[in-house]
Amino acid sequence: MRKLLHNRGFLPGFGMTMGYTIIYLSLLVLIPLSVLFLKATTMSWEQFVGTILDSRVLASIRVSIVSSFFAACVNAVFGVLVAWVLARYQFFGKRIIDGIVDLPFALPTAVGGIALTSIYAENGWVGQYLAEWGIKVAYTPLGIWVALTFIGLPFVVRTVQPVLQDWDLQMEEAAATLGATRWTTFTRVILPHLLPAVITGFALAFARALGEYGSVVFISGNMPLKTEIVPLLIMTKLEQFDYAGATAIATVMLVASFIMLLIINYLQWRINKFDAAR
Amino acid sequence: MSIEVDNISKSYKNFTALKNVSLQIPEGELVALLGPSGSGKTTLLRLIAGLEQPEEGRILFNGEDNTNRDVRERRVGFVFQHYALFRHMNIFDNIAFGLTVRSRKTRPNKEEIREKVHSLLKLVQLEGLAHRYPSQLSGGQRQRVALARALAVEPKFLLLDEPFGALDTKVRQELRRWLRHLHGKLGLTILFVTHDQEEAMELADQVVVMNEGKVEQVGSPEEIYHHPANPFVYSFLGRVNLFRGRVHEGKIKLGEAEFETEWENKAVELPAVGYMRPHDVEVSLHAPADSSIQAVQAQVSRISLLGPIVRLDLKRLDTNEVFEAEMSRQRFAELALVENGTVYVTLNNLSFYVEEGQSVTPAPTFIPLQVSV
Repeated sequence: MRKLLHNRGFLPGFGMTMGYTIIYLSLLVLIPLSVLFLKATTMSWEQFVGTILDSRVLASIRVSIVSSFFAACVNAVFGVLVAWVLARYQFFGKRIIDGIVDLPFALPTAVGGIALTSIYAENGWVGQYLAEWGIKVAYTPLGIWVALTFIGLPFVVRTVQPVLQDWDLQMEEAAATLGATRWTTFTRVILPHLLPAVITGFALAFARALGEYGSVVFISGNMPLKTEIVPLLIMTKLEQFDYAGATAIATVMLVASFIMLLIINYLQWRINKFDAAR
Repeated sequence: MSIEVDNISKSYKNFTALKNVSLQIPEGELVALLGPSGSGKTTLLRLIAGLEQPEEGRILFNGEDNTNRDVRERRVGFVFQHYALFRHMNIFDNIAFGLTVRSRKTRPNKEEIREKVHSLLKLVQLEGLAHRYPSQLSGGQRQRVALARALAVEPKFLLLDEPFGALDTKVRQELRRWLRHLHGKLGLTILFVTHDQEEAMELADQVVVMNEGKVEQVGSPEEIYHHPANPFVYSFLGRVNLFRGRVHEGKIKLGEAEFETEWENKAVELPAVGYMRPHDVEVSLHAPADSSIQAVQAQVSRISLLGPIVRLDLKRLDTNEVFEAEMSRQRFAELALVENGTVYVTLNNLSFYVEEGQSVTPAPTFIPLQVSV
């Protein structure tokens, strides 16, 4: 016991901060989520399965996961690019660009959704040129993907940027003196270092995209079986006073999110092996 | 392989790092670039490696111009001060890196790479650590991994940037001895940067003393210590006493002490500085019998017992100049010195320099004066 007390360090307040953490997490996260589960248990197992296996629900889950996944993938690649430019180069207007990256965080997502819709609609600025090529963005799954990419952008940039800023340039120089080409240096020295941050950013962007509602409802057109996302379906069920049905879908999403977080944590742990001893 | 630096200049935005530096490094030598921080020694090393491009001048390896060659093609071994090991790779992969990044045609096969890495691990005495990560090693071990990694590509020569700068004294001494041994074994040309004069003196065959982007002196440790070319080198290598005086009509006057000199410009009176190492200061209790020996009286203001030697802080009674003397513990016991006691100090082995024409050149140039007594 003495030893335990000793290990807590010089600053007091372990009891207070720990207690606060538990209360905070309980009130804001654990209790609401358990209520969700409880509500779902008011249904019988057959009802539950029936709700979930409804073709409209399955289609919306598919749309949500597929578009979120691809949006996060695009963000993983272009987020690294943006972070690279911001961290490694000095140029005029850098601070402005740095600020713009955060806009999707700050903007009410509905505003983003309306803006994107007006630009990508068939008579919009960009939409009219794309329409000539026969590409329709607004009111298609492509539109959902655009909206989700928009809201996910800051995550990868903001997780990768600090890693790049702390980057030791001498490692690149060492690689060069050992005869590595620029491309080899990037793929074998720089990228492995960025990977944990990229995966974290990817996970955050993906999770955020799964829950996104505001921006998507404007651009997707919300056609059942085609462009209907899960959060919207939950909303629809609630409007029809089908609370149990809504919570059933929510429960599935909750479990899916949890499994995804576990997988990503496992990946992180695998990749971070080399840092474990630090 | 020999290295020749021919009239190199390099500057950054508003800072001149190197001014017309020329240097010859013969094959197989262990050479130290010694200087205070900001003297341009690291810049010179990076220019030789090809990590920086010079504005002027050429860099030749074995007489072959390498100035415009890319780092990747120069095949030099470079060891960074903070090792710059690849943190996500284990020790084996770190050392093998230079071999595995080669194009398929020139790359040795897996078995050859494995053998090479293991022989290098043996050379740097780190067998059995192949599967550790850099974060699991101590500073000294990391430094040796960095050396092994550089040696893996069979470089033409080795460049080490402050190789022992980040290590504690004991490990540093061990590694110095080991590097010396390694140099003897491999016969490779090694050029290393240091700001520690003791390190340079102990390790190097040749020492290049640098200051403010220029080479001040090149020579063996013996030469630069006993025959410093100018006051900078004198004061940079070890402790030194300064005696200020004037040179006039063939005589240098330092307080009561007078020295004859053959300086040709006898008419002008100029400030002169005499430099003397503390261990050259001879302390006695009585005035020397021979009156031609220049001796002055001084007061002992402090006595420091430093293991095998004793250092005295002294104050000249004629000029009030403060200086240091060092002597063996035995001599100290013989003299039975006490603080605030008065002693006679013999001024010999002084090196004199005169500041010449400050208005003509921005940096003062120094002329050594020959004492004719």
